[in-house]
Amino acid sequence: MATSEKNTMEELGVSKEYQYGFHDDIKPTFKSRKGLDEEVINQMCDIKGEPDWMRQYRLEAYEIFKQKPMTKWGGDLSQLDFDDIYYYVKASDRSERSWDDVPDDIKKTFDRLGIPEAERKFLAGVGAQYDSEVVYHNIVEELDKIGVVFLDTDTAVKEYPDLVKKYFGTIIPSADNQFAALNSAVWSGGSFVYVPPGVKVEYPLQAYFRINSENMGQFERTLIIADEGSQVHYVEGCTAPTFSSESLHSAVVEIVCMKGSRVRYTTIQNWANNVYNLVTKRAFAYEDAQMEWVDGNLGSKLTMKYPSVYMMEPGARGDILSIAFASKGQHQDAGAKVYHCAPHTTSQITSKSISKDGGRSSYRGWVDVAKGAKGCKSHVVCDALILDKDSRSDTYPVIEIGENDTNIEHEARVSKIGEEQLFYLMSRGLSEEEASTMIVNGFIEPLVKELPMEYAVEMNRLIQLQMEGSVG
Amino acid sequence: MSKDLTIKDLHISVQGNPIIKGLNLSVQQGEIHALMGPNGSGKSTLAKGLMGHPLYEVDSGEVIFDGVDVLELEPNERAKLGLFLAFQYPTAIPGVSLANFLRLAVSAVRGKGANGSEKDGLIPMREFRRELREKMQQLGVDDSFARRYLNDGFSGGEMKRAEILQLAMLEPKIAILDETDSGLDIDAVRIVGESVSQLIGPDLGVLIITHYPRLLDYIRPQFVHILLDGRVVESGGWELTQVLEAEGYDPIREKHGIDE
Repeated sequence: MATSEKNTMEELGVSKEYQYGFHDDIKPTFKSRKGLDEEVINQMCDIKGEPDWMRQYRLEAYEIFKQKPMTKWGGDLSQLDFDDIYYYVKASDRSERSWDDVPDDIKKTFDRLGIPEAERKFLAGVGAQYDSEVVYHNIVEELDKIGVVFLDTDTAVKEYPDLVKKYFGTIIPSADNQFAALNSAVWSGGSFVYVPPGVKVEYPLQAYFRINSENMGQFERTLIIADEGSQVHYVEGCTAPTFSSESLHSAVVEIVCMKGSRVRYTTIQNWANNVYNLVTKRAFAYEDAQMEWVDGNLGSKLTMKYPSVYMMEPGARGDILSIAFASKGQHQDAGAKVYHCAPHTTSQITSKSISKDGGRSSYRGWVDVAKGAKGCKSHVVCDALILDKDSRSDTYPVIEIGENDTNIEHEARVSKIGEEQLFYLMSRGLSEEEASTMIVNGFIEPLVKELPMEYAVEMNRLIQLQMEGSVG
Repeated sequence: MSKDLTIKDLHISVQGNPIIKGLNLSVQQGEIHALMGPNGSGKSTLAKGLMGHPLYEVDSGEVIFDGVDVLELEPNERAKLGLFLAFQYPTAIPGVSLANFLRLAVSAVRGKGANGSEKDGLIPMREFRRELREKMQQLGVDDSFARRYLNDGFSGGEMKRAEILQLAMLEPKIAILDETDSGLDIDAVRIVGESVSQLIGPDLGVLIITHYPRLLDYIRPQFVHILLDGRVVESGGWELTQVLEAEGYDPIREKHGIDE
């Protein structure tokens, strides 16, 4: 049977597991040497032709990074060697807007990821990050017409310096944490979005990210500014090829939700299982604004990611829906943070995790209600599904309440795939694998139904791949 | 040719306790059998054991369906042969809609490559939807059922109707109804009874397991068996239900020397 074949393959050290683990032979036009110092940063700034203020910003961040001790909490980072990483790789000389201009070998990789289809179906701007530089960036004319800016962040630094200067690093300062400092020093690519007051973007803005150069850190930097009363949905989906040595992905995502605006940020990540995925995501929501994070984490060696919402003014709302799937050799340390800094603010955290084949998932959450922030409500639900006895799930919730007039609920459930559920489905003709896959897909349905159609299909397919050969 | 399910000298234990102790029974396609017994006589153990529940240990005996030794098979393989169990307590599968689940189940039972099936082995969506709608109308099941999560938050009556809808869609050769009438009020029993009776025909054999004769008012069995202490102690026709109704199980227990 397939299971025994798989075992043999594993014994031989051959992994068939990662569907997108192909590696196109792309020659980067520039690659910094391994490791990081001022010289590497200066070189990067020179090649990018960046303004001096950004160079200073990077160098200051690097000073902070050097002083920060290695992060000790969360997952095991002891194997991560900062000197063994390429911090800047440029795959192509300029940003492309037209598909025809994209080099053939890069196209081939995109083809295998189905990007052209994604573009055709959604007719929205597709920003696809290839290595450190955005090589393909298509903005539909409509976005221009309604005044929405959707660019890679490098270009935004040059074309919208005032906007970028005003907000860059204000939500997540360089000193926030070790990896925010590192990202601030060496960031490259990512998306910049500005939505003018009252404008509602009807379709999701999408970006595909992809690490392709071995040992290359990907440090994209995304900044979204939703002006008063505007609405936008940003979607990122990630797949990465498998490499033998470790890769680091450390992004920073900053979001400003001004009065009455509504932002949804959806992520589906399926990193190859040697990637450290250490991401800082934070949003500030002002009066009556609503921020929603929808975050699906598959793959990677270690993910540490806790999307957060600071509710700064009355009526703000933060919703975080996070799903983690930890398989063999993987640790998903995911969760959410909400800070009720103003009265009458509301938050909802829904976290679902699945652990299988010895995988480990942890929920790490923080609910904070400031003194005097009366009438706040927060509801936290953590559901963990453990598929076998080798796998593990932990919950680390912290709740800090500085105000009596507040309503906080926390529910946590841990379940195993029940024998009764399996028997029921199998008695209807489903194999054990089909039955388990169906139960897992049902478990993550609350996330999947929030996704655009195409991502929902992809998510279900990824789960199916994860579940293959899991019964035997 | 009609197929039959034959059970010979079957012994089943649960966690080391013998529950079914030498049971003999045979059900043919097109026949309706009622198996009646008091609580604790082994009714549900027999039902789950026949379908292959991993916690119900078959110690000895034979179960042959259409010449195949059923006891060697996984539950899904038994389903593919044409066995069906309507559960007394169906399990909820949150997040999985009844329609999505049934499409996969129907495709699995009819076999890959069954007429016009798609690349992924599933029966074409349109064909499936049409069939599901027809069956739902026939059984008087509300359209919204298809989109609801399987048994999740269903009332007792809804669960049993969902079971009968599955029975209708999977078109088994032999269906075992495990206390399908339990926990239902009189109206619900009537609805479920009438639904099942619509499905009865020469291609379906039914084994109704119950401790009340209520459901049998709607589905009149040709054969009635009494289960006591893990064995079939009496077999007969409709008249047996009348005896039970009038006298209960005690005279039968006494006759066979079985303690309560």
